[in-house]
Amino acid sequence: MDKLKARSDHPLDALLRTDRIPHIWCSGCGIGTVFASCLVAMQTSGIDLNKTAMVSGIGCSGRGAGYIKLDSYHTTHGRAIPFATGMKLANPELNVVVFSGDGDLFAIGGNHFIHAARRNVELTVICVNNLNYGMTGGQAAATTPCMAKTPTTPLGNPETPFNLPLLAYASGASYVARWTILHTRDLTKSIEEALTRRGFSFIEVLAPCPTGYGRRNKEKPLDSLRLYQERTVIKNGADPSDVILDYQQGITLGKFIDHERPTFLDSYDKTCRINF
Amino acid sequence: MNAAVLTGEHFMTGDVACAEGALAAGCRFFGGYPITPATEIAERMADRLPCVGGIYIQMEDEIASMAAVLGASCAGVKSMTATSGPGFSLMMENLGLGLVTETPCVVVNVQRAGPSTGLPTLGAQGDMMQARWGSHGHYEIIALAPASPQEMFYHTIMAFNLSETYRLPVLVMADEVTGHLSEKVVIPEPGAIKLKNRPKAKGRKDRFKPFQAGPNGVAPMAIAGEGYGIHVTGLTHDERGYPVMTEGAQEEMMHRIVAKIRDNLDDIIQTESYRMDDAEIAIISYGVSSRSSLAAVDEAREQGIKAGLLRLITVWPFPEQLVNKLADRVRALVTVEINLGQIHLEVQRSAAGKVPVHLVGHTGGTVISPDTIVEKLREIRSTHG
Ligand SMILES: Cc1ncc(C[n+]2csc(CCOP(=O)(O)OP(=O)(O)O)c2C)c(N)n1
Ligand code: SF4
Ligand SMILES: [Mg+2]
Repeated sequence: MDKLKARSDHPLDALLRTDRIPHIWCSGCGIGTVFASCLVAMQTSGIDLNKTAMVSGIGCSGRGAGYIKLDSYHTTHGRAIPFATGMKLANPELNVVVFSGDGDLFAIGGNHFIHAARRNVELTVICVNNLNYGMTGGQAAATTPCMAKTPTTPLGNPETPFNLPLLAYASGASYVARWTILHTRDLTKSIEEALTRRGFSFIEVLAPCPTGYGRRNKEKPLDSLRLYQERTVIKNGADPSDVILDYQQGITLGKFIDHERPTFLDSYDKTCRINF
Repeated sequence: MNAAVLTGEHFMTGDVACAEGALAAGCRFFGGYPITPATEIAERMADRLPCVGGIYIQMEDEIASMAAVLGASCAGVKSMTATSGPGFSLMMENLGLGLVTETPCVVVNVQRAGPSTGLPTLGAQGDMMQARWGSHGHYEIIALAPASPQEMFYHTIMAFNLSETYRLPVLVMADEVTGHLSEKVVIPEPGAIKLKNRPKAKGRKDRFKPFQAGPNGVAPMAIAGEGYGIHVTGLTHDERGYPVMTEGAQEEMMHRIVAKIRDNLDDIIQTESYRMDDAEIAIISYGVSSRSSLAAVDEAREQGIKAGLLRLITVWPFPEQLVNKLADRVRALVTVEINLGQIHLEVQRSAAGKVPVHLVGHTGGTVISPDTIVEKLREIRSTHG
């Protein structure tokens, strides 16, 4: 009996709302792996978990906030970052982690992303990039590769996707990395670093969405993992304008930016609170 | 700028008085985006918040402003934003998030004439129904209507107190004229202003249910970082805050958040009566239009018309019972507002056909002159005797 119980215990149980399991994620979905890495990193980073909040937007990835047993806020589509910004500025003691999807953070929420990065608000933003809007059925997102088939691009996507690390860097993020769910050790280490960095940290994680994206683009979950293994090169410190994400040419992974600069609150204190 | 909260007599605009009211109420976070005629509130807050240990942030738009205000409130700080029509429209989705997650905060709308960009520098009262129903779904809301800089000060405090007591976003529905008008504002000593704070979470942290109603129907609020490990979502949720996708859960949650307002109407609704004792025609008005109405009542009385004024301080929830009873003792009702009949619809509904209900209104850009109202009163007297 004890053995059985021991086997059913999960090392992350302390951080999981186990009373909400089973979760909604499909089998073969990559979100759970990113989520688990995030929880492990939270545990190993040594941050005060009672002073840590997770904020999500809307989408399959946005359900992350619903499964973590910490203060967690599941907000509106695209608005996790401004909500998190208010939270961090109101109580600078909080560690605020944004966990959300590519559609949420870069289509409807793209404007908030660039401004929070520009201001260098001390947030850790983890983006599960599954190249589409998983939750609403696999439609094209701002990250969908050109020519990919989705229900709203039945003949192929005519648009060009964002290069997220480049966008984050150009906007002013002080920590920028890209990993895949195959690279969980690197990913976990990266999240751990990001959690302890001051300033705006951004980590993009490539993850399969077999239901929304894979099915229409002849990519089973294992095929995605194979791509993550065969087509990726790790180039830590690479110039963000050289980090490609192209299944044919290759995918650059690594930690690209790790550069401290004054945060929003540092500057606010120095500029606006001088006389008080 | 002076480090302390102001006291004493000042000559200031409604917008500035609103900011001072917010500070006196304990507001320490402002997230906003400039827009005429509400910009001066943001400017005053940018200047004054650092003096009192607060923080001002100019967000990238009003969607972000509303989101940031909710985030700050969830982290335990009294928070507000101020805007006008176009920005108010952008805030609607997150206003709904605030309502369903029961997050206290204050949203000021210094109304200008719309729709769309409309008349940016000229006043109106055209967003009153948007204030009531602008976010999707069916809910209750609280909205106040200040008529002077002094009231911009007090109504902002009242708005914070109501938002903290009942845990919801409260709207201050001002207008361009009141926002830009300069008048004397008397600010009492801090101790003389009664402040309310949200009910605090207590008890065992692992057993705490963040959406379990307390005695007045309002759930105590745990804030981020207190160690309760709460989950808060815009999805339909149960007492634990967990999403439950059923009709039953929707019914239970909605019933509770609607009831906390409907069961406390006596505490929430405030109105003022002027020369109503023997009135035969009652004007119902609010905000800047109630000032024109007041002058009109005096002028009409001079002319032998027994007019009176019911001034709405709380516009939402609408004082339905009061207006219904009023309809029993007057011969006619007149709504005076700067739109083509919004609160007028509520007056008609509440009067339930007992007496004729007239409207004095226009589409915005200027105040309603007392003469226009008196003319209407004369016309009513000649038709209804
Ligand atoms: C304002 C608004 N517009 C549209 C939607 C519908 N919607 C829900 S999730 C979603 C896309 C989510 O995509 P992403 O962030 O990539 O998350 P994923 O499901 O792929 O993890 C959309 C469009 C919504 N909830 N709110
Ligand atoms: S639809 Fe896609 S993203 Fe959503 S849970 Fe399923 S596999 Fe994951
Ligand atoms: Mg996605």
